[in-house]
Amino acid sequence: MKSITRLKPYAEIMQQLEDCNRVFIVGCGTCATVVQTGGVEQVEAMKEQLQDSGMLVTGWTVIPTACDEMTSASTAEHESAIQSANGILVMACALGVQRLNLYTGKRVLPALDTLFMGLEESPGYFVEACDQCGECILGYTAGICPVTACHKGLLNGPCGGTNKGKCEVDQEKDCAFTLIYQKLRDLGRPDLMKHYHPPKNAQACPRPKVKILEAKETEQWI
Amino acid sequence: MDLKFKSLLDSGKFVVTAEVAPPKGIELEQMNHHIELLKGKVDALNVTDHQSSVMRFPSLGGCLAIKEGGGEAILQMTCRDRNQIALQSDLLFAYSRGIRNVLCLTGDAMPVGDHPQARGVFEMDSVQLLHCINRLEEGYDMGGNELKGEVSFCKGAIVTPEADPLEPQLSKFEKKVEAGVEFIQTQAIYDLDNFAAFMEHARQFSVKIIAGIVLLTSAKMARYMNNNVPGIFVPQHLIDELADAPKGTALQKGIEIAGRMIATLHNDALCDGVHIMAINKEEVVPDILEAAGLQS
Repeated sequence: MKSITRLKPYAEIMQQLEDCNRVFIVGCGTCATVVQTGGVEQVEAMKEQLQDSGMLVTGWTVIPTACDEMTSASTAEHESAIQSANGILVMACALGVQRLNLYTGKRVLPALDTLFMGLEESPGYFVEACDQCGECILGYTAGICPVTACHKGLLNGPCGGTNKGKCEVDQEKDCAFTLIYQKLRDLGRPDLMKHYHPPKNAQACPRPKVKILEAKETEQWI
Repeated sequence: MDLKFKSLLDSGKFVVTAEVAPPKGIELEQMNHHIELLKGKVDALNVTDHQSSVMRFPSLGGCLAIKEGGGEAILQMTCRDRNQIALQSDLLFAYSRGIRNVLCLTGDAMPVGDHPQARGVFEMDSVQLLHCINRLEEGYDMGGNELKGEVSFCKGAIVTPEADPLEPQLSKFEKKVEAGVEFIQTQAIYDLDNFAAFMEHARQFSVKIIAGIVLLTSAKMARYMNNNVPGIFVPQHLIDELADAPKGTALQKGIEIAGRMIATLHNDALCDGVHIMAINKEEVVPDILEAAGLQS
């Protein structure tokens, strides 16, 4: 799973930095590096661009995985540069931004927009794979998720917009139900196309979404 | 309960429905004119629900106008713009005002319309909406709570007989049948051989099939639909017929083609009725009926 991001327009980044003149930049060595939005190369380019705009860049780092708990150790390493900044520009997904927000005590500003959680199906080709709906039906749909692969997130079959196996919204994209049908047929289970799916429980895991590990659950792992 | 359209379907009559489109805004004169013109000539009139995801005056408003004028309305209801509570509430209101026929649709995608930035709800799909109506008819809402008073609708849905690939479409059609759909209004059909093959499949099920007839107004329109509208196939011989029509008579030719198709569907008892969609040319629906030799 990768968190797929896109660089915000520079004007929007500058607008967020309106009342900052000393910036520390954080990139991420995992997803944002793979997607080429927050790796070393992009962080260095951002540093130069900000300097050209008259900003003082107090320092930068690319944290191995910005969203995990090791981030506190990385920020500790750069304590003085972070403390001398009045804005932390984060070139990681929103998970990284929020993780940084736990440790720095500074204004944390996203340089990226987080688009989706996806799979890299082939090099450089990322596809949304899960909407975290909390009620997985992949067992009925040949392992292809209609919630994410269908533009409308339909569960019971294609809409009238399906066109020669493609989606009405974008002729470059496959119709999820054509894919599901073909895979089910190959698996010898085309009958599963006729399985009725009731509406999903939109409150299967109500927001704010939290999971707390119970003691027993943790013990099972040890 | 006053289920007029359902009684007609049950009687085995070859039914004729047509559709009117609400305006963008509140100038209702043209829609009301079409309702006035057609309500006595067809068995029921559909009112589209923000078709092509274009925000308009609501289907419910058009249906009330039909009802108040003494006509029979088919409420088109998409799942694009409303969640479960809003859909159920609109159904209760529709019922309270005498609307008995509901066409359950998923709805077009948001990006194809004039609010491409808006969220498409799609909390339910057309099959789930049919089940939802069943639940209301049993006296319960989708939360499992008891309703005061009874409702009963005549439930419709759509099928695209020319869908490519066809099998996933037929699976969904069967789910609609399982959900108790009473009538199907199809996407536009032009190739009667393909349609007959579809009907052979559909005849296994006890659901009334109403063939969709979209009026062709020119060869250009026919080619455009072939290239751009999913699930529509206009055979070359019809395109040629339109193209060969003398200048200024293509509309007349389109009326003739529609009339001829309807006559064949009726005379050969290929299906249970026709749904005429004369998009932006509602005034000629009576001419189509005349060309078909049908008096409603």
